[in-house]
Amino acid sequence: MPQETKLEVALACAVPMPSRDSVLLGHGSGGRMSGELLRNILLPALRNPILERLDDQAVLGVGESRIAFTTDSYVVKPLFFPGGDIGTLAVNGTVNDLAMGGAEPLYLSLALILEEGLPFDTLRRVMESIRVAAALAGVVVVTGDTKVVERGSGDGLFVNTSGIGLVPCGVDLSADKARPGDRVLLSGTIGDHGIAILSQREGLEFASTVSSDTVALHTLVTAVLRASSEIRCLRDPTRGGVSSSLNEIAARSHVGIELVGDAIPIREDVRGACEILGLDPLYVANEGKLLAIVAPQAAEAVLAAMRQHPLGRNAQMIGTVTNSHPKIVTLRTWLGTSRVVDLLSGEQLPRIC
Amino acid sequence: MKYLDEYRNETIARRIVDELGRRTTRPWVLMEICGGQTHTLMRYGIDEILPRGIELVHGPGCPVCVTSLETIDKAIQIASRSDVTLISYGDMLRVPGSHSDLLHVKAQGGDVRIVYSPTEALKFARANPDRKVVFFAVGFETTAPANAMVVWQAKREGLTNFSTLASHVLVPPAMRALLAAPRNRVQGFIGPGHVCTVMGYREYERLIAEFRVPIVVGGFEPLDLLEAILMLVTQLEEGRAVIENQYVRSVTYNGNLLAQKVMAEVFEVCDRKWRGIGGIPDSGLRLRPEYSEFDADRIFGTEGVTADEPAECISAEVLQGLKKPTDCSAFGTRCTPENPLGAPMVSSEGACAAYHQYRRLAIAGRANH
Repeated sequence: MPQETKLEVALACAVPMPSRDSVLLGHGSGGRMSGELLRNILLPALRNPILERLDDQAVLGVGESRIAFTTDSYVVKPLFFPGGDIGTLAVNGTVNDLAMGGAEPLYLSLALILEEGLPFDTLRRVMESIRVAAALAGVVVVTGDTKVVERGSGDGLFVNTSGIGLVPCGVDLSADKARPGDRVLLSGTIGDHGIAILSQREGLEFASTVSSDTVALHTLVTAVLRASSEIRCLRDPTRGGVSSSLNEIAARSHVGIELVGDAIPIREDVRGACEILGLDPLYVANEGKLLAIVAPQAAEAVLAAMRQHPLGRNAQMIGTVTNSHPKIVTLRTWLGTSRVVDLLSGEQLPRIC
Repeated sequence: MKYLDEYRNETIARRIVDELGRRTTRPWVLMEICGGQTHTLMRYGIDEILPRGIELVHGPGCPVCVTSLETIDKAIQIASRSDVTLISYGDMLRVPGSHSDLLHVKAQGGDVRIVYSPTEALKFARANPDRKVVFFAVGFETTAPANAMVVWQAKREGLTNFSTLASHVLVPPAMRALLAAPRNRVQGFIGPGHVCTVMGYREYERLIAEFRVPIVVGGFEPLDLLEAILMLVTQLEEGRAVIENQYVRSVTYNGNLLAQKVMAEVFEVCDRKWRGIGGIPDSGLRLRPEYSEFDADRIFGTEGVTADEPAECISAEVLQGLKKPTDCSAFGTRCTPENPLGAPMVSSEGACAAYHQYRRLAIAGRANH
């Protein structure tokens, strides 16, 4: 047969590696490429021990107090989505970064980068959302900046917020504090925000009942900290999802993490959308969920405290910290088999079929 | 979730595995054709719970992985033009061509967009008459009907700014090539459920007649695959070789005749080069001459683009089941999903990428011992 010879001689498929000489969207995915950007270009320029903790916020000693300080930029598209908009996100996201350090959020800055041609109505709507979100979170916007860029240089509106808060005495949370035996708690369903955004994207629009979960989590954090003094680390699994946050904790603490697939709460409609789009909910963004690593003896009390809080009603214990397979997160499937929950390489791209 | 959870039931899975254990008396080498099936097997660790002796070999059914290097190069060349909007399925963007990939073209200012359905590309073309809109039409018989449909629609509407870079591949000729290869080890196939949803399974009877190999058309959920494996092993143990359909909730003998009709209207069969496999006669679909006004290859003059695939990676052996991805010295070191050396590392449905994503632990464990 002619195919035989052809198959034997032509079997090869190696290709040269494409150069990585410029920024790709994947560098903003929160996965492995983001980590490389940080390690290779950003950190070497700025080395210092506070920055190198790589937590969601820096905790700074000022006199007798400890101040949490953080900053975040918001470039979400579309600007308005079910459950919120870029304004609510910009307030809640920064409040949450402070809260994950155990801090009580106090003050925010607000920087707006406006694209020429942005309707004032749009800006007014976003500012109203910022006002309401700040009031709900109990923070005050005390300083700000505005810049305008030419049409075509921005997606209508980019927002940056920075925030400061006070860390109470005795609270010391960090991603390097997870120990074997600790439990992993999750405050509610995952993937809501990412699917809500995706359902609105040009070219991907699909009918969806999913709303973003964007919300300020600091009161839930207070409830968690009140329930036990043995909280190791808190994270809000935003960009890159639960997988990215847990991989980061595993790497920083040199521990393994074992998840129980069945225990992870996911809304039916989010699961359905992920199935259709070929996405894994573990990698989809959240804006109102809390991951807590807690000492084993504290797990029940913290879980109960979460469930009593309106933002933690669906809280679950989803896994355990282990000393086998350090730096690797695994998931036990319903079949009893185990698989690796890896960091995302670049962007999570929809599959062909 | 209805229609999914029923196929992810542990009790039934255990029952099938037990039954497999009872029926298996000697080693069998089976191949799942589809990348989607490979992905499910890896994601749920199904190969770990099979009786010893049943070996699964991962077939060439990942459309992203097998799209030829020169087709990617053509897409990159076309997408780099300032007057073009190239519209593609998402995971094609990461596939490396000879020197770049579409993600880099996008980063450098190329207008590259992702859609789930080619009809979105058509919509975009209608709304943007000043842009030359090119749909990158790849995939197996599964995506071909929808891609044919938009070309047919574009012709009917007289759209002049829409074209497709069409490079479809067909499953049965690839199976024939694998079976005819002198070193073939595959003794039974899990047939491609989605492809057969469109095409039916009549075509596979010829392969069985010629090579006496059992084929069971299988679905994509864990229980689908376990049941298909059980059906295959039963045939092999009984010395039978027939076509059977496990995926009855989706696949019929004749398939979707309407879809086949539109495919035949727009496309014709041609020889096709597969990445990782090479040229296979009559294994592709291209636009018929009557539709050449929608042929991006002709419009943008990329017909002459060729690319040679240097022989470095072992994907050929992986696709034939002669080696596992983990047998490759570059696996997980020089070849990773971020920097794929070979096709099966590119898409999450490629065998190497699926191993890398879900099996790193086993690999790390092996390295430590």
